[in-house]
Amino acid sequence: MDPLQLRFTQSHEWIAPDGTVGISDHAQHEITDVVFVELPKTGRAVKAKESCAIVESVKAAFDIYAPVAGSVIAVNDAVVKNPAVVNQAPYEGGWLYKIAMSNPAERDGLMTHAQYQEFIKTAAH
Amino acid sequence: MTGAPLQRTPFYAHHVAAGGKLVPFAGWEMPVQFSTVMAEHKAVRERAGVFDISHMGQVWVAGPAARAFLQKLVTNDVGALPPGRGVYALLCKPDGGVIDDLYIYCLETDRFLVIVNASRAAVDIKWMKENLSGDAMLIDQPQAAALALQGPSAAKIMGHFSADALALPKNGVAELTIEGNELVVARTGYTGEDGFEIFSPAGHLLQFYPSLLKRGSDYGLIPCGLGARDTLRLEMGYRLYGNDLDEHHSALEAGLGWAVKFGKGDFIGRDSLYNEKTKGSHRKFIGLRLADRGVPRHGCPIVLDGKGVGEVTSGTFSPSLNIGIAVGYVEAERFPAGAVRAAVRIHERDIPADVVVPPFYKKS
Repeated sequence: MDPLQLRFTQSHEWIAPDGTVGISDHAQHEITDVVFVELPKTGRAVKAKESCAIVESVKAAFDIYAPVAGSVIAVNDAVVKNPAVVNQAPYEGGWLYKIAMSNPAERDGLMTHAQYQEFIKTAAH
Repeated sequence: MTGAPLQRTPFYAHHVAAGGKLVPFAGWEMPVQFSTVMAEHKAVRERAGVFDISHMGQVWVAGPAARAFLQKLVTNDVGALPPGRGVYALLCKPDGGVIDDLYIYCLETDRFLVIVNASRAAVDIKWMKENLSGDAMLIDQPQAAALALQGPSAAKIMGHFSADALALPKNGVAELTIEGNELVVARTGYTGEDGFEIFSPAGHLLQFYPSLLKRGSDYGLIPCGLGARDTLRLEMGYRLYGNDLDEHHSALEAGLGWAVKFGKGDFIGRDSLYNEKTKGSHRKFIGLRLADRGVPRHGCPIVLDGKGVGEVTSGTFSPSLNIGIAVGYVEAERFPAGAVRAAVRIHERDIPADVVVPPFYKKS
């Protein structure tokens, strides 16, 4: 997926125009080696900013929040079997799940790629 | 809480230059990783890694009464410890609770170097002073430095600097002069790999460090942080004070009976521990190897037949085994001796786990 087409949250998730969700390259870099991924069940209704997945490194677990409201229509079993893909290709094979957005306009309110780059520069590490 | 300023080891500038990610640990600013935990873990299992362990306390105990003092102070047998050897031991309260776990190196018959945990150094030294008797002298060395060189290539690397270091047996220790630096070199470690722990006053080891890195780079030696140190030690089932050991769990409950020598004579905690040995412990320290995906963490409930019977004290994803591993305490009466299968409750799900006696990782 072209990162320039994605929208980003302050909690470092991205969402594509088709509702595919993952974590940013910055996030995977900060988390380091992903060793475990837990994904929501298909069909689950989620609210924006609701925790619905977990990504874990050797050292810690990170909640992954739904960028927008909707229902989960697909999950990426490949990252459950091989979590390292999240590090290797956060915008491609490392996607996590796909949402049918309740209100696609909600996505437009999130940061663009350029805004997100600025955000991670200024956010305290 | 008002945090005291963090202490920095003599290698601080090296860590920053090497891109180390520094975090607070037991009052010190320490590197948790330089690259990633996985990469550093694998380097130590396959080649070599070097850890800054200068945060650990170094206490010299010397004098005609030094040996008798230590023999009374700790659980393991220091009475028979010959010069040139080290031994793992526990510092216990009279009730058997563990004040600290430590390593005692005998350099001369009446001169010992005691290595204690950073988080416990102040408590240990206070305890030692309170129990000091006779002609034993205690010299705390707050400006000391220490490195752990660990991995299958560690011996080849040390061999370039010192044949005497290379000749050390496991648990052996010697005072050596390497490139003009006076170092205490021991064949010990906390990773399960062959390796050396090197102790010195700050300046000497700081001078040696660049040589070590340069020579070691031919063997794939990289600097490693506390993250990999933790996964490596947990794969071996080595206890971590503050997680797996504390004053509220006895040395026997912690499964460290092998380091408690009742036959050596009296020592602090002996009566309580002997009583516990006779009557049986209330809690038991076990290892769990997950049979499914999931990463157990400190505080996760240990579950048997759907009921909580204990708690994980240390857990991680094992980089060597590619599966979650954990250690923790279970209530002895709710956990039958023959139980081979239990579960760990992670994110509100019970993940099945095999009950195992660590080490989880064995060299093939």
